[in-house]
Amino acid sequence: MLRRFDMEAGGDEFTFKPETEPKITFWREKYPADKQRSAVIPLLWLAQKDNNGWLSEPAMREVADRLEMPYIRVYEVATFYTMFKLAPVGKYHVQLCGTTPCMLRGANDLKEVCQQKIGKKMAVTDDGRLSWEEVECLGACVNAPMVQINDYYYEDLTVESLEEILGKLGNGVDVAPGNFVDRQKSAPEGGPTTLKSGDLYDGSRNTSGVLPNLPEAEAGDKPEPEAKGEPPRKDPTNVEREEPGVEGEPPETLEVKKGEADDLKKIEGVGPTIEKKLNEAGICKFSQIAAWTEENIKWIDQSLVFRGRVWRDEWVKQAKALENGDSSSGGKKGKV
Amino acid sequence: MLQDKDRIFTNLYGLHSPDLEEAKKRGAWYLTREMLQQTPEWICDQIKASGLRGRGGAGFPTGLKWTFMPKEVRDRPHYLVVNADESEPGTCKDREIMRHDPHLFIEGCMVASYAMRAHACYIYVRGEYIAEREAMEKAIKEAYEARLIGKDNVNGWDFDVYMHHGAGAYICGEETALLESLEGKKGQPRLKPPFPANAGLYGCPTTVNNVESIAVAPTILRRGADWFAGFGRPNNTGTKLFCVSGHVNKPCNVEEEMSITFRELIETHCGGIKGGWDNLKAVIPGGSSVPVVPADQILDAHMDFDTLRDLRSGLGTAAVIVMDKSTDMIQAIARISYFYKHESCGQCTPCREGTGWMWRVLERMAKGEAEMNEIDLLLDVAGQVEGHTICALGDAAAWPVQGLIRHFRHEIEDRITKYRAPHTQVRGSVVAAE
Repeated sequence: MLRRFDMEAGGDEFTFKPETEPKITFWREKYPADKQRSAVIPLLWLAQKDNNGWLSEPAMREVADRLEMPYIRVYEVATFYTMFKLAPVGKYHVQLCGTTPCMLRGANDLKEVCQQKIGKKMAVTDDGRLSWEEVECLGACVNAPMVQINDYYYEDLTVESLEEILGKLGNGVDVAPGNFVDRQKSAPEGGPTTLKSGDLYDGSRNTSGVLPNLPEAEAGDKPEPEAKGEPPRKDPTNVEREEPGVEGEPPETLEVKKGEADDLKKIEGVGPTIEKKLNEAGICKFSQIAAWTEENIKWIDQSLVFRGRVWRDEWVKQAKALENGDSSSGGKKGKV
Repeated sequence: MLQDKDRIFTNLYGLHSPDLEEAKKRGAWYLTREMLQQTPEWICDQIKASGLRGRGGAGFPTGLKWTFMPKEVRDRPHYLVVNADESEPGTCKDREIMRHDPHLFIEGCMVASYAMRAHACYIYVRGEYIAEREAMEKAIKEAYEARLIGKDNVNGWDFDVYMHHGAGAYICGEETALLESLEGKKGQPRLKPPFPANAGLYGCPTTVNNVESIAVAPTILRRGADWFAGFGRPNNTGTKLFCVSGHVNKPCNVEEEMSITFRELIETHCGGIKGGWDNLKAVIPGGSSVPVVPADQILDAHMDFDTLRDLRSGLGTAAVIVMDKSTDMIQAIARISYFYKHESCGQCTPCREGTGWMWRVLERMAKGEAEMNEIDLLLDVAGQVEGHTICALGDAAAWPVQGLIRHFRHEIEDRITKYRAPHTQVRGSVVAAE
């Protein structure tokens, strides 16, 4: 999405507040000395905090200078990530989640509340207190609909509760974030259906003293280079497709003279490399592919770099169509 | 129904303090030193035997993934990077782990890092989760002060963990885009190979795991792989956090046994469907990326990877979005399409252009202002986006559209017919998406 920054409102200068300096150090110390560029997002975020909630161009330059990055690399980051606001916002900036889970629970009604109480998207009220925008999923879907105001989440909203929140904020009164119905965080309304046993919380379960399934060398011994004994395996686990080792049955092979083989590349998903592999495995005709069983496909699939293609591109169906000389319902279509 | 004694996230709802002392009583940091005295191979084998499949959406076996890391540390350090970018619409489970059970998670980071011979771990949390980040920073500080982590800690494996945050980009949930972002660049996915296990963060061997996958690991080791593998159906084992949103009476997060049926999940924890079971229309069972499943197919389906794959959908992140009969399906999917248009990073043409095109067509279809042949055209375009991009965002944008047409084609056709009735002259299909 095209995002441009406001060159006029930002002025010419930006300096971090003195109390932000320890935070900058805190972030920079997390990354190796020669990888300080990693701190660019956290520093831009701090700069935005120190600049009334939006990023001006001088603020970006300040961050670039600190991290010894070319300006353009910082602009690139600032314009890519949507939490960086490139134009002034209100003292309370409301981000309303409009994605489907919130939409299903009434986010569209909340949009109207914002329009009435604040105005157009990204417009700041005259007193500078409020602004709003619609954002994509904020990850609080079981507490939908919800908004984020500055840093924190206001969840389980209704038209009435949002009106009240915006009313108070518009008058300069802070509102504590959290749930706006009687509910414990993400538990079901009316109380949790689970996690009621008291012994989960009193430490009484930490008594085993030893890990289960330890190798035969005595528990607590120094690690040995090779763990002895096969750990117990619950059967069956993930052996189906992910374990190495050959599975499935090889399909029937066919020796074909040069020139008599079908052009397997006509099948969507088969390129020269895969065709060669198939030929080497003795697969040269559409009729062979058309006759593959599920076990055969599994076997073939293991030799492909992109696993699952045979199913995804429905090779068998395509091969059947091609075998019958029907190129409209099978084979490559619309490929550029 | 899963019993309380078998739940891993015992403070899911924040009814108890997330602090170290209380967390220890709930079982965190118990026998951690003993785990780290075993070989990394033992840990990987246990996780493999538990059948744990990655909880971030793809469902790849976690233990196997850990073994992809080089067996020896050479000139480049190893890294564990935890994906806490949780942005898949419908998903809000990692958030609960971070704000209410952070110590279980930090312990998991340490155990997993040891299994991959990493001494440092970065947790990449989405920028919007500021409260969650603060909760994590507090817990990490506690763990350092208690010398559970850090240099010369009581657990015997030098280990540092760092919180890092993003700034609002869904694409950073893709593991290589996440690494790009963590390196201070815009989050655009990398071409693979090389895979992160060979060249990931700063070009070093790296594994990227979801929060839930990491946070369940210590409990699996404490209670035994066979305990974890005893839940769910074969190949779909363990317990799982479900996020149920949309048209249920009581939306909630809940930890349940894998392979629980949809009906039981909703009846037991969510107070049923709004307006009763007859009012159920469709369900998106695994976050917005997976295709929608109509009511009759989902009702008694097992909520697990294989069952939902057979229904041509997926378990994804187990974010269950329920839609009742009042839902305008076309509009609901159009909104999801808008999401992907908004979040496309713009690197690959099929996705950059295709997501916007699909959204615009769907918005017209939601009004009925379309041609009948555009339904097939839309399906064709979705097929051209799918599988033709560097990362899976293209697929994720295509699948909901394909699911809509597969199951609700009649609704689109009805909408178009109704729109046409009073408009004898409809704009021709030449307007396409524009």
